[in-house]
Amino acid sequence: MTALARFVRQGVGWILPLLLLVVWEVAARLGEIPKNILPAPSDVGAALWKLSVSGEIFRHIYVSSWRALTGFAIGGSIGFALGLANGLSDASRAVSDTTLQMVRNIPHLALIPLVILWFGIDEEAKLFLVALGVFFPIYINTLHGIRTVDPQLIEMGRIYGMSRIALFVKVILPGALPSIFVGLRYALGIMWLTLIVAETISASSGLGYMAMQAREFLLIEVVVLSILIYALLGKLADSAARLLERVFLKWHPAFQLQ
Amino acid sequence: MNIALRDAQPAFSPQVRFEGAPFLAAPKVQAPAPDAGAAFAFQGVRKAFGPKAVLHGLDLTVPAGAFVAVIGKSGCGKSTLLRLLTGLDAPTSGAIAFEASGAKDPARLTRVMFQEPRLLPWARVVANVEVGLSHLRSKAERRRTALSLLADVGLADRADEWPSVLSGGQRQRVALARALASRPRILALDEPLGALDALTRIEMQQLLERIWLQQGFTAVLVTHDVAEAVALADRVVLVEEGRIALDLEIPLPRPRRRGSPELARLEGVILEKLLGSAA
Repeated sequence: MTALARFVRQGVGWILPLLLLVVWEVAARLGEIPKNILPAPSDVGAALWKLSVSGEIFRHIYVSSWRALTGFAIGGSIGFALGLANGLSDASRAVSDTTLQMVRNIPHLALIPLVILWFGIDEEAKLFLVALGVFFPIYINTLHGIRTVDPQLIEMGRIYGMSRIALFVKVILPGALPSIFVGLRYALGIMWLTLIVAETISASSGLGYMAMQAREFLLIEVVVLSILIYALLGKLADSAARLLERVFLKWHPAFQLQ
Repeated sequence: MNIALRDAQPAFSPQVRFEGAPFLAAPKVQAPAPDAGAAFAFQGVRKAFGPKAVLHGLDLTVPAGAFVAVIGKSGCGKSTLLRLLTGLDAPTSGAIAFEASGAKDPARLTRVMFQEPRLLPWARVVANVEVGLSHLRSKAERRRTALSLLADVGLADRADEWPSVLSGGQRQRVALARALASRPRILALDEPLGALDALTRIEMQQLLERIWLQQGFTAVLVTHDVAEAVALADRVVLVEEGRIALDLEIPLPRPRRRGSPELARLEGVILEKLLGSAA
Protein backbone atom coordinates (compact mmCIF):
# COMPACT_ATOMS: atom_id res chain seq x y z
CA MET A 1 0.00 0.00 0.00
CA THR A 2 2.73 2.46 0.93
CA ALA A 3 4.75 1.27 -2.06
CA LEU A 4 1.75 1.97 -4.25
CA ALA A 5 1.22 5.36 -2.66
CA ARG A 6 4.87 6.22 -3.24
CA PHE A 7 4.60 5.09 -6.85
CA VAL A 8 1.55 7.27 -7.37
CA ARG A 9 3.20 10.25 -5.72
CA GLN A 10 6.33 9.96 -7.81
CA GLY A 11 4.36 9.22 -10.95
CA VAL A 12 2.08 12.22 -10.58
CA GLY A 13 4.79 14.59 -11.86
CA TRP A 14 4.90 12.73 -15.17
CA ILE A 15 1.21 13.07 -15.96
CA LEU A 16 1.47 16.60 -17.34
CA PRO A 17 4.45 15.95 -19.67
CA LEU A 18 2.76 12.81 -21.01
CA LEU A 19 -0.46 14.71 -21.63
CA LEU A 20 1.45 17.44 -23.47
CA LEU A 21 3.14 14.77 -25.58
CA VAL A 22 -0.20 13.27 -26.54
CA VAL A 23 -1.71 16.67 -27.40
CA TRP A 24 1.39 17.52 -29.43
CA GLU A 25 1.24 14.25 -31.38
CA VAL A 26 -2.44 14.60 -32.12
CA ALA A 27 -2.08 18.25 -33.18
CA ALA A 28 0.83 17.39 -35.47
CA ARG A 29 -1.05 14.46 -37.03
CA LEU A 30 -4.08 16.65 -37.70
CA GLY A 31 -1.83 19.21 -39.38
CA GLU A 32 -2.50 21.87 -36.73
CA ILE A 33 1.26 22.22 -36.24
CA PRO A 34 3.07 22.53 -39.60
CA LYS A 35 5.81 19.92 -40.09
CA ASN A 36 8.48 22.56 -40.73
CA ILE A 37 7.75 24.28 -37.39
CA LEU A 38 7.62 21.30 -35.05
CA PRO A 39 7.69 17.63 -36.02
CA ALA A 40 5.41 15.08 -34.34
CA PRO A 41 6.89 13.20 -31.36
CA SER A 42 6.70 10.01 -33.41
CA ASP A 43 8.95 11.61 -36.06
CA VAL A 44 11.44 12.55 -33.37
CA GLY A 45 11.26 8.96 -32.16
CA ALA A 46 11.91 7.71 -35.66
CA ALA A 47 14.94 10.01 -35.94
CA LEU A 48 16.23 8.66 -32.64
CA TRP A 49 15.83 5.09 -33.94
CA LYS A 50 17.65 5.83 -37.19
CA LEU A 51 20.54 7.61 -35.47
CA SER A 52 20.76 4.85 -32.87
CA VAL A 53 20.96 2.13 -35.48
CA SER A 54 23.76 3.96 -37.27
CA GLY A 55 25.42 4.55 -33.90
CA GLU A 56 25.94 8.20 -34.82
CA ILE A 57 24.00 9.55 -31.88
CA PHE A 58 26.02 7.64 -29.32
CA ARG A 59 29.21 9.05 -30.73
CA HIS A 60 27.82 12.59 -30.39
CA ILE A 61 26.57 11.99 -26.86
CA TYR A 62 29.91 10.51 -25.91
CA VAL A 63 31.86 13.44 -27.33
CA SER A 64 29.59 16.02 -25.69
CA SER A 65 29.61 14.26 -22.31
CA TRP A 66 33.38 13.92 -22.41
CA ARG A 67 33.75 17.64 -23.08
CA ALA A 68 31.26 18.56 -20.39
CA LEU A 69 32.78 16.37 -17.68
CA THR A 70 36.40 17.16 -18.53
CA GLY A 71 35.71 20.89 -18.57
CA PHE A 72 33.79 20.51 -15.33
CA ALA A 73 36.60 18.56 -13.70
CA ILE A 74 39.17 21.19 -14.67
CA GLY A 75 37.15 24.29 -13.79
CA GLY A 76 35.50 22.70 -10.76
CA SER A 77 38.71 21.55 -9.17
CA ILE A 78 40.43 24.91 -9.70
CA GLY A 79 37.36 26.69 -8.29
CA PHE A 80 37.19 24.33 -5.32
CA ALA A 81 40.90 24.67 -4.58
CA LEU A 82 40.80 28.48 -4.78
CA GLY A 83 37.60 28.55 -2.71
CA LEU A 84 39.30 26.47 -0.02
CA ALA A 85 42.46 28.58 -0.12
CA ASN A 86 40.61 31.89 0.07
CA GLY A 87 38.19 30.59 2.67
CA LEU A 88 40.93 29.35 4.95
CA SER A 89 43.60 31.99 4.44
CA ASP A 90 42.99 35.71 4.78
CA ALA A 91 46.26 36.42 2.99
CA SER A 92 45.25 34.36 -0.02
CA ARG A 93 41.84 36.00 -0.10
CA ALA A 94 43.32 39.49 0.12
CA VAL A 95 45.55 38.76 -2.87
CA SER A 96 43.12 37.05 -5.25
CA ASP A 97 39.50 37.66 -4.32
CA THR A 98 39.16 41.16 -5.82
CA THR A 99 40.58 39.97 -9.13
CA LEU A 100 38.30 36.94 -9.21
CA GLN A 101 35.24 39.00 -8.39
CA MET A 102 36.06 41.35 -11.27
CA VAL A 103 36.57 38.52 -13.75
CA ARG A 104 33.34 36.95 -12.52
CA ASN A 105 31.34 39.86 -13.86
CA ILE A 106 32.40 39.16 -17.44
CA PRO A 107 29.86 36.80 -19.03
CA HIS A 108 32.06 33.91 -20.02
CA LEU A 109 30.18 33.38 -23.28
CA ALA A 110 31.21 36.88 -24.33
CA LEU A 111 34.71 35.46 -24.64
CA ILE A 112 33.74 33.11 -27.47
CA PRO A 113 35.24 35.23 -30.29
CA LEU A 114 38.46 35.58 -28.32
CA VAL A 115 38.50 31.90 -27.44
CA ILE A 116 38.08 30.92 -31.08
CA LEU A 117 41.00 33.18 -31.97
CA TRP A 118 43.11 31.59 -29.23
CA PHE A 119 42.21 27.96 -29.60
CA GLY A 120 40.53 27.67 -32.97
CA ILE A 121 37.54 25.35 -32.94
CA ASP A 122 39.42 22.49 -31.31
CA GLU A 123 38.58 20.75 -28.06
CA GLU A 124 40.58 23.27 -26.02
CA ALA A 125 38.16 26.05 -26.87
CA LYS A 126 35.16 24.16 -25.53
CA LEU A 127 36.97 22.82 -22.48
CA PHE A 128 38.17 26.33 -21.68
CA LEU A 129 34.68 27.79 -21.87
CA VAL A 130 33.10 25.03 -19.80
CA ALA A 131 35.87 25.21 -17.21
CA LEU A 132 35.52 28.99 -16.96
CA GLY A 133 31.75 28.69 -16.67
CA VAL A 134 31.74 26.15 -13.84
CA PHE A 135 34.67 27.75 -12.03
CA PHE A 136 32.75 30.66 -10.51
CA PRO A 137 29.74 28.94 -8.98
CA ILE A 138 32.02 26.35 -7.37
CA TYR A 139 34.52 28.96 -6.22
CA ILE A 140 31.98 31.37 -4.77
CA ASN A 141 29.93 28.75 -2.97
CA THR A 142 32.97 26.96 -1.54
CA LEU A 143 34.31 30.28 -0.27
CA HIS A 144 30.93 31.27 1.12
CA GLY A 145 30.45 27.85 2.75
CA ILE A 146 33.78 27.95 4.52
CA ARG A 147 33.43 31.52 5.68
CA THR A 148 29.98 30.89 7.13
CA VAL A 149 30.84 27.78 9.16
CA ASP A 150 29.53 28.42 12.67
CA PRO A 151 32.41 30.17 14.51
CA GLN A 152 31.15 28.66 17.77
CA LEU A 153 31.83 25.18 16.39
CA ILE A 154 35.32 26.22 15.29
CA GLU A 155 35.98 27.61 18.77
CA MET A 156 34.69 24.35 20.24
CA GLY A 157 37.08 22.37 18.02
CA ARG A 158 40.01 24.51 19.12
CA ILE A 159 39.10 24.13 22.81
CA TYR A 160 38.99 20.38 22.37
CA GLY A 161 42.48 20.47 21.00
CA MET A 162 41.77 19.58 17.36
CA SER A 163 44.76 19.93 15.09
CA ARG A 164 44.37 22.16 12.04
CA ILE A 165 43.82 19.12 9.86
CA ALA A 166 41.25 17.61 12.24
CA LEU A 167 39.49 20.97 12.46
CA PHE A 168 39.28 21.13 8.67
CA VAL A 169 38.13 17.53 8.20
CA LYS A 170 35.70 17.36 11.12
CA VAL A 171 34.32 20.89 11.35
CA ILE A 172 35.06 23.23 8.45
CA LEU A 173 34.58 20.97 5.41
CA PRO A 174 31.35 19.29 6.59
CA GLY A 175 30.04 22.71 7.60
CA ALA A 176 30.77 24.10 4.14
CA LEU A 177 29.34 21.09 2.30
CA PRO A 178 25.71 22.25 1.95
CA SER A 179 26.88 25.44 0.28
CA ILE A 180 29.37 23.55 -1.89
CA PHE A 181 26.54 21.36 -3.15
CA VAL A 182 24.50 24.42 -4.10
CA GLY A 183 27.51 25.51 -6.17
CA LEU A 184 27.85 22.05 -7.66
CA ARG A 185 24.28 21.90 -8.89
CA TYR A 186 24.42 25.41 -10.25
CA ALA A 187 27.70 24.60 -12.00
CA LEU A 188 26.22 21.51 -13.64
CA GLY A 189 23.53 23.69 -15.22
CA ILE A 190 26.14 26.16 -16.48
CA MET A 191 28.21 23.25 -17.77
CA TRP A 192 25.55 22.06 -20.25
CA LEU A 193 24.52 25.58 -21.18
CA THR A 194 28.09 26.57 -22.06
CA LEU A 195 28.67 23.39 -24.00
CA ILE A 196 25.52 23.81 -26.09
CA VAL A 197 26.48 27.34 -27.06
CA ALA A 198 30.10 26.40 -27.74
CA GLU A 199 29.13 23.39 -29.84
CA THR A 200 26.57 25.22 -31.94
CA ILE A 201 29.07 27.96 -32.75
CA SER A 202 32.14 25.92 -33.50
CA ALA A 203 32.41 22.17 -33.53
CA SER A 204 32.86 19.20 -35.82
CA SER A 205 31.23 16.68 -33.52
CA GLY A 206 28.93 16.55 -30.51
CA LEU A 207 25.24 17.15 -29.96
CA GLY A 208 25.39 20.85 -30.76
CA TYR A 209 27.14 20.08 -34.02
CA MET A 210 24.52 17.42 -34.81
CA ALA A 211 21.74 19.97 -34.26
CA MET A 212 23.41 22.64 -36.40
CA GLN A 213 24.02 20.19 -39.23
CA ALA A 214 20.45 18.97 -39.07
CA ARG A 215 19.30 22.60 -39.35
CA GLU A 216 21.30 22.97 -42.59
CA PHE A 217 19.47 19.99 -44.04
CA LEU A 218 16.12 21.03 -42.54
CA LEU A 219 15.98 17.82 -40.48
CA ILE A 220 13.94 19.54 -37.83
CA GLU A 221 13.17 16.29 -35.95
CA VAL A 222 16.92 15.81 -35.33
CA VAL A 223 17.15 19.38 -33.99
CA VAL A 224 14.32 18.64 -31.57
CA LEU A 225 15.92 15.32 -30.69
CA SER A 226 19.22 16.94 -29.76
CA ILE A 227 17.42 19.49 -27.59
CA LEU A 228 15.61 16.66 -25.79
CA ILE A 229 18.88 14.81 -25.25
CA TYR A 230 20.42 17.93 -23.75
CA ALA A 231 17.47 18.20 -21.39
CA LEU A 232 17.85 14.55 -20.42
CA LEU A 233 21.59 14.86 -19.80
CA GLY A 234 21.01 17.96 -17.71
CA LYS A 235 18.42 16.16 -15.65
CA LEU A 236 20.76 13.19 -15.26
CA ALA A 237 23.56 15.41 -13.94
CA ASP A 238 21.18 17.09 -11.51
CA SER A 239 19.91 13.74 -10.24
CA ALA A 240 23.47 12.57 -9.67
CA ALA A 241 24.15 15.72 -7.64
CA ARG A 242 20.98 15.17 -5.62
CA LEU A 243 22.01 11.62 -4.92
CA LEU A 244 25.39 12.83 -3.65
CA GLU A 245 23.60 15.40 -1.50
CA ARG A 246 21.46 12.72 0.05
CA VAL A 247 24.52 10.63 0.85
CA PHE A 248 26.73 13.41 2.20
CA LEU A 249 24.12 15.61 3.87
CA LYS A 250 22.05 12.91 5.51
CA TRP A 251 22.69 14.60 8.86
CA HIS A 252 20.94 17.72 7.61
CA PRO A 253 17.35 18.12 8.86
CA ALA A 254 16.27 19.02 5.31
CA PHE A 255 17.32 15.55 4.12
CA GLN A 256 15.84 13.58 6.98
CA LEU A 257 12.26 13.83 5.78
CA GLN A 258 11.53 10.49 4.24
CA MET B 1 52.10 19.38 43.70
CA ASN B 2 53.08 21.58 40.87
CA ILE B 3 51.95 25.06 40.04
CA ALA B 4 51.20 25.86 36.44
CA LEU B 5 51.09 29.51 35.55
CA ARG B 6 49.02 30.49 32.55
CA ASP B 7 50.60 33.84 31.91
CA ALA B 8 53.80 35.25 30.51
CA GLN B 9 53.94 37.89 33.23
CA PRO B 10 55.66 37.02 36.48
CA ALA B 11 53.07 36.17 39.10
CA PHE B 12 52.45 38.79 41.71
CA SER B 13 53.00 37.70 45.26
CA PRO B 14 49.60 36.21 45.91
CA GLN B 15 47.61 38.75 47.84
CA VAL B 16 44.54 36.74 48.51
CA ARG B 17 41.76 38.83 49.88
CA PHE B 18 38.10 38.09 50.17
CA GLU B 19 35.18 40.38 50.31
CA GLY B 20 32.08 39.21 52.08
CA ALA B 21 31.97 36.07 54.15
CA PRO B 22 35.29 34.51 55.18
CA PHE B 23 36.28 31.60 53.07
CA LEU B 24 36.12 28.10 54.51
CA ALA B 25 37.24 24.85 52.99
CA ALA B 26 34.64 23.38 50.65
CA PRO B 27 32.53 20.82 52.48
CA LYS B 28 33.42 17.43 51.02
CA VAL B 29 30.39 15.24 50.70
CA GLN B 30 32.43 12.36 49.45
CA ALA B 31 35.87 12.01 48.02
CA PRO B 32 35.77 10.22 44.64
CA ALA B 33 39.48 10.39 43.89
CA PRO B 34 42.13 12.23 45.85
CA ASP B 35 43.25 14.37 42.92
CA ALA B 36 40.07 14.60 40.84
CA GLY B 37 39.80 18.36 41.07
CA ALA B 38 42.28 21.19 40.62
CA ALA B 39 42.63 24.34 42.70
CA PHE B 40 43.13 27.67 40.99
CA ALA B 41 43.74 31.25 41.99
CA PHE B 42 43.22 34.52 40.12
CA GLN B 43 45.91 36.87 41.34
CA GLY B 44 45.23 40.54 40.67
CA VAL B 45 43.82 39.66 37.26
CA ARG B 46 43.06 42.62 35.06
CA LYS B 47 41.54 42.21 31.61
CA ALA B 48 41.00 45.06 29.22
CA PHE B 49 39.71 45.07 25.67
CA GLY B 50 41.32 48.18 24.23
CA PRO B 51 40.70 51.09 26.61
CA LYS B 52 37.78 49.32 28.30
CA ALA B 53 38.73 47.33 31.39
CA VAL B 54 36.38 44.44 32.11
CA LEU B 55 38.11 42.99 35.16
CA HIS B 56 39.89 45.30 37.61
CA GLY B 57 42.47 43.34 39.57
CA LEU B 58 40.33 40.37 40.49
CA ASP B 59 41.46 37.98 43.22
CA LEU B 60 39.75 34.65 43.65
CA THR B 61 41.04 31.45 45.16
CA VAL B 62 39.10 28.25 44.66
CA PRO B 63 40.17 25.00 46.33
CA ALA B 64 40.17 21.68 44.52
CA GLY B 65 36.80 20.03 44.17
CA ALA B 66 34.72 23.07 45.09
CA PHE B 67 31.53 24.10 43.33
CA VAL B 68 31.58 27.86 42.82
CA ALA B 69 28.82 29.86 41.19
CA VAL B 70 29.66 33.21 39.65
CA ILE B 71 26.73 35.53 39.22
CA GLY B 72 26.30 39.07 38.10
CA LYS B 73 24.43 41.24 35.68
CA SER B 74 25.21 40.95 31.98
CA GLY B 75 28.38 42.77 31.10
CA CYS B 76 29.84 42.50 34.58
CA GLY B 77 32.77 40.43 33.40
CA LYS B 78 31.67 36.98 34.51
CA SER B 79 32.01 35.43 31.07
CA THR B 80 35.41 37.05 30.66
CA LEU B 81 36.42 35.44 33.94
CA LEU B 82 35.48 32.06 32.50
CA ARG B 83 37.31 32.68 29.23
CA LEU B 84 40.43 33.52 31.22
CA LEU B 85 40.04 30.43 33.36
CA THR B 86 39.75 28.16 30.35
CA GLY B 87 42.60 29.82 28.52
CA LEU B 88 40.47 31.19 25.68
CA ASP B 89 41.85 34.64 26.54
CA ALA B 90 44.97 35.75 28.38
CA PRO B 91 44.85 38.30 31.21
CA THR B 92 46.13 41.82 30.49
CA SER B 93 47.98 41.74 33.79
CA GLY B 94 48.04 39.53 36.85
CA ALA B 95 48.18 35.77 36.74
CA ILE B 96 46.09 32.66 37.09
CA ALA B 97 47.71 29.85 39.01
CA PHE B 98 46.62 26.25 38.88
CA GLU B 99 47.43 23.57 41.36
CA ALA B 100 46.74 20.11 40.04
CA SER B 101 48.68 17.22 41.44
CA GLY B 102 49.64 14.64 38.88
CA ALA B 103 48.13 16.50 35.91
CA LYS B 104 49.87 15.40 32.74
CA ASP B 105 48.33 17.49 30.02
CA PRO B 106 47.60 21.17 30.78
CA ALA B 107 45.33 21.35 27.72
CA ARG B 108 42.97 18.88 29.37
CA LEU B 109 43.00 20.60 32.77
CA THR B 110 39.86 22.61 32.08
CA ARG B 111 36.83 21.99 29.93
CA VAL B 112 34.03 24.39 29.21
CA MET B 113 30.36 23.87 28.59
CA PHE B 114 28.60 26.68 26.79
CA GLN B 115 25.07 27.99 26.75
CA GLU B 116 24.71 26.41 23.31
CA PRO B 117 25.48 22.69 23.08
CA ARG B 118 27.83 23.29 20.12
CA LEU B 119 27.47 19.75 18.83
CA LEU B 120 28.65 18.91 15.33
CA PRO B 121 25.37 18.46 13.43
CA TRP B 122 27.05 16.12 10.92
CA ALA B 123 28.35 13.71 13.55
CA ARG B 124 26.26 11.10 15.37
CA VAL B 125 25.73 11.63 19.08
CA VAL B 126 28.42 9.11 20.03
CA ALA B 127 30.89 10.67 17.59
CA ASN B 128 30.22 14.04 19.17
CA VAL B 129 31.24 12.66 22.55
CA GLU B 130 34.34 11.16 20.96
CA VAL B 131 35.45 14.70 20.06
CA GLY B 132 36.38 15.00 23.74
CA LEU B 133 38.34 11.75 23.66
CA SER B 134 41.00 12.57 21.10
CA HIS B 135 43.66 11.72 23.70
CA LEU B 136 42.72 8.03 23.45
CA ARG B 137 44.62 6.22 20.72
CA SER B 138 42.42 3.20 20.13
CA LYS B 139 39.25 3.74 18.18
CA ALA B 140 37.47 0.91 19.98
CA GLU B 141 38.38 2.39 23.34
CA ARG B 142 37.08 5.81 22.26
CA ARG B 143 33.79 4.26 21.24
CA ARG B 144 33.50 2.25 24.46
CA THR B 145 34.31 5.25 26.65
CA ALA B 146 31.92 7.50 24.74
CA LEU B 147 29.09 5.00 25.16
CA SER B 148 29.67 4.73 28.90
CA LEU B 149 29.73 8.54 29.18
CA LEU B 150 26.44 8.67 27.33
CA ALA B 151 25.05 6.13 29.77
CA ASP B 152 26.15 8.42 32.63
CA VAL B 153 23.99 11.23 31.28
CA GLY B 154 21.12 8.86 30.50
CA LEU B 155 21.41 8.86 26.71
CA ALA B 156 22.85 5.41 26.01
CA ASP B 157 19.99 4.57 23.66
CA ARG B 158 20.47 7.72 21.53
CA ALA B 159 24.11 7.08 20.58
CA ASP B 160 23.42 6.62 16.88
CA GLU B 161 21.05 9.53 16.41
CA TRP B 162 21.82 12.84 14.72
CA PRO B 163 21.94 15.76 17.16
CA SER B 164 19.15 17.51 15.24
CA VAL B 165 16.55 14.99 16.44
CA LEU B 166 17.38 15.49 20.13
CA SER B 167 15.61 17.95 22.42
CA GLY B 168 17.44 20.96 23.84
CA GLY B 169 18.02 19.26 27.18
CA GLN B 170 19.30 16.08 25.54
CA ARG B 171 21.73 18.05 23.37
CA GLN B 172 23.04 19.79 26.45
CA ARG B 173 23.50 16.41 28.13
CA VAL B 174 25.55 15.23 25.14
CA ALA B 175 27.64 18.39 25.49
CA LEU B 176 28.13 17.56 29.18
CA ALA B 177 29.25 14.03 28.33
CA ARG B 178 31.71 15.45 25.81
CA ALA B 179 33.04 17.99 28.32
CA LEU B 180 33.56 15.27 30.92
CA ALA B 181 35.12 12.86 28.44
CA SER B 182 38.72 13.81 29.13
CA ARG B 183 38.17 13.86 32.90
CA PRO B 184 38.91 17.57 33.34
CA ARG B 185 40.07 18.81 36.75
CA ILE B 186 38.03 21.97 36.31
CA LEU B 187 34.69 22.17 34.55
CA ALA B 188 33.68 25.68 33.56
CA LEU B 189 29.99 26.13 32.86
CA ASP B 190 28.94 29.25 30.97
CA GLU B 191 25.18 29.48 31.62
CA PRO B 192 24.76 25.98 30.21
CA LEU B 193 21.16 25.69 31.31
CA GLY B 194 20.09 29.20 30.36
CA ALA B 195 18.23 28.17 27.22
CA LEU B 196 16.31 25.26 28.75
CA ASP B 197 12.76 25.21 30.02
CA ALA B 198 12.20 25.29 33.79
CA LEU B 199 11.62 21.57 34.34
CA THR B 200 14.43 20.37 32.09
CA ARG B 201 16.60 22.87 33.89
CA ILE B 202 15.96 21.36 37.31
CA GLU B 203 16.61 17.88 35.93
CA MET B 204 19.86 19.07 34.45
CA GLN B 205 20.87 20.72 37.72
CA GLN B 206 20.33 17.43 39.53
CA LEU B 207 22.31 15.57 36.89
CA LEU B 208 25.12 18.08 37.15
CA GLU B 209 25.19 17.81 40.93
CA ARG B 210 25.21 14.01 40.83
CA ILE B 211 28.06 13.86 38.34
CA TRP B 212 30.03 16.49 40.25
CA LEU B 213 29.64 14.47 43.46
CA GLN B 214 30.73 11.30 41.65
CA GLN B 215 33.73 12.72 39.86
CA GLY B 216 34.93 15.43 42.21
CA PHE B 217 36.13 17.98 39.65
CA THR B 218 36.19 21.67 40.48
CA ALA B 219 33.07 23.27 39.04
CA VAL B 220 32.74 26.93 38.13
CA LEU B 221 29.22 27.82 37.10
CA VAL B 222 28.50 31.19 35.55
CA THR B 223 24.81 31.94 35.74
CA HIS B 224 22.34 34.79 36.06
CA ASP B 225 19.91 32.57 37.94
CA VAL B 226 20.38 33.15 41.68
CA ALA B 227 18.16 30.18 42.61
CA GLU B 228 20.30 27.90 40.47
CA ALA B 229 23.47 29.28 42.05
CA VAL B 230 22.37 28.66 45.64
CA ALA B 231 20.89 25.26 44.79
CA LEU B 232 24.12 23.95 43.31
CA ALA B 233 27.11 25.81 44.67
CA ASP B 234 29.17 25.62 47.86
CA ARG B 235 29.97 29.22 47.37
CA VAL B 236 28.47 32.08 45.41
CA VAL B 237 30.63 34.87 44.08
CA LEU B 238 28.94 38.05 42.92
CA VAL B 239 30.89 39.99 40.31
CA GLU B 240 30.09 43.63 39.81
CA GLU B 241 31.92 45.99 37.48
CA GLY B 242 34.87 43.66 37.24
CA ARG B 243 35.28 43.17 40.98
CA ILE B 244 34.02 40.69 43.51
CA ALA B 245 31.21 42.41 45.40
CA LEU B 246 30.09 39.47 47.50
CA ASP B 247 31.56 36.09 48.35
CA LEU B 248 29.05 33.94 50.15
CA GLU B 249 29.27 30.41 51.56
CA ILE B 250 26.30 28.14 51.01
CA PRO B 251 26.88 25.71 53.89
CA LEU B 252 23.79 23.60 53.26
CA PRO B 253 23.85 19.80 53.09
CA ARG B 254 23.09 17.94 49.87
CA PRO B 255 20.79 16.94 48.37
CA ARG B 256 19.23 20.35 48.80
CA ARG B 257 15.52 20.70 48.86
CA ARG B 258 14.33 23.32 46.38
CA GLY B 259 12.18 25.94 48.06
CA SER B 260 13.60 25.34 51.53
CA PRO B 261 13.69 28.46 53.80
CA GLU B 262 17.50 28.48 54.05
CA LEU B 263 17.88 28.51 50.28
CA ALA B 264 15.30 31.26 50.03
CA ARG B 265 17.08 33.32 52.68
CA LEU B 266 20.45 33.06 50.95
CA GLU B 267 18.83 33.82 47.62
CA GLY B 268 17.32 36.91 49.21
CA VAL B 269 20.70 38.09 50.53
CA ILE B 270 22.25 37.78 47.09
CA LEU B 271 19.35 39.37 45.25
CA GLU B 272 19.34 42.27 47.66
CA LYS B 273 23.00 42.89 47.04
CA LEU B 274 22.56 42.42 43.30
CA LEU B 275 19.60 44.74 42.94
CA GLY B 276 20.29 47.06 45.86
CA SER B 277 23.55 48.30 44.47
CA ALA B 278 21.89 48.96 41.14
CA ALA B 279 19.74 51.76 42.58
